[in-house]
Amino acid sequence: MTVLPYLVAGWILLAGLYGLVTSRNLVQAVGCLAVAQSSTYVLLLAVGYRRDATAPVFSDLPTDAPVVDPVVQALALTDIVVGATVTALLLSLVIQLRKRHGTVDPEELTGLRG
Amino acid sequence: MTDTLIVIALLLTATAATAAALTRDPVRQAVVLALLGLSLAVLFTVLQAPDVALSQLGVGSAITPLLILLTVRKVNRRETQPQEGDDDRPDRAE
Amino acid sequence: MSRTTRLRLFLTAAAVLAAAVLAAALIVAAEQLPGFGGARHPYGERAVAAGLARQSANIVSAVNFDQRGFDTLGEESILFGSVLGAGMLLRLARDEHKRRPAAEPVLPTTRLFGATLLPLTLLTGGYLVAHGQLSPGGGFQGGVVLTTALHLAYVAADYRVLKRIRPLAVLDVTDAIAAGSYAALGLIGLAQGAGYLANTLPLGTFNALSSSGLVAVINAAVGVEVGSAVVVLLAHFLDQAVEVTPRRRNR
Repeated sequence: MTVLPYLVAGWILLAGLYGLVTSRNLVQAVGCLAVAQSSTYVLLLAVGYRRDATAPVFSDLPTDAPVVDPVVQALALTDIVVGATVTALLLSLVIQLRKRHGTVDPEELTGLRG
Repeated sequence: MTDTLIVIALLLTATAATAAALTRDPVRQAVVLALLGLSLAVLFTVLQAPDVALSQLGVGSAITPLLILLTVRKVNRRETQPQEGDDDRPDRAE
Repeated sequence: MSRTTRLRLFLTAAAVLAAAVLAAALIVAAEQLPGFGGARHPYGERAVAAGLARQSANIVSAVNFDQRGFDTLGEESILFGSVLGAGMLLRLARDEHKRRPAAEPVLPTTRLFGATLLPLTLLTGGYLVAHGQLSPGGGFQGGVVLTTALHLAYVAADYRVLKRIRPLAVLDVTDAIAAGSYAALGLIGLAQGAGYLANTLPLGTFNALSSSGLVAVINAAVGVEVGSAVVVLLAHFLDQAVEVTPRRRNR
């Protein structure tokens, strides 16, 4: 139990990378990259978890209550937003690639063409 | 009790992630990615991170799959395109 | 045993060995990490103390918009830059033209679902942005929910209705102004001699809507920026998927 979350994070990263390197479709590759990125959220939140503690929101909590680590949650939040923007930018590159080269299969993109 | 929930959520997330990485068809992958986003949101909720869960719910299970579906629609359309449709008239006014 | 079979056998063995080494390294690394669920969180405790001292109830927002304010400025710039980049990549090329989107039939139940959910989702998004410094939520989450609300119009009706309720030119400018105002808000601290993005505004009372000084203001700016940026981003993709078609080629 004490290492399971970390191993799950590692597994998700490897699964995403496997999908990425065996991909035959760039749109699917971008999806696999999103999977690989989601491992970082799991890792961050696993590091910050504390047993028998609540979320770091003190609206209706005494100020000395034990809470989970808010720093990693803030990092994960940033991570998610940046991940979404990277996905969007890569997908627009894929659309552009399809327009100029007529394919989204990385195997068929052998050389640079003007 | 909480530990059991966390283990279930972790295994659910790992399964969904593996399925998403192994799905070859981008349209199906978008659906599996939405499921992955949902299971990640559940995991973050049991890990006491409601802020992150909310943003994962919005981004991971709505925006990212939608972007992928739109890209697939754009990328796959050209094969079926050159038909003489009357809705194909140019519209420069916009 | 032929040469290629031997080579394949060797490569398989090497791959299995590499996977075993990787798995062992992963497990050893996981063992060295702080134990899952442990009670020792030195950064977390300091962040909580600092956040409570600045009267913010939601410490995650306090970390994002006050203690790590400069990082978040960088992140907002990434969002802004990627929207710009996607806009550049997905602009109308010379050999393309826009097709007028046609009216599409919608099931009455779908229309009812969308029409009911749209105002509710808008309200939820607004609430999430406004209460970011008090309850779970904030600029990012609220902004994304607001965007989702707007696109329910596409589900409930069709693309033409969405285009009518989505003032794209206004949102483009709003996005830029909100991103710029985040950078400008940092100057308040500088003007008061404290430092860029320092929280020098009046802190207010704990757990009130106007508490936590700069956090609430930046939170609102981020909400506006994320909301308009994601709408603009989706608009570029929707344009490509629904409207833009290549000119009939006669090359």
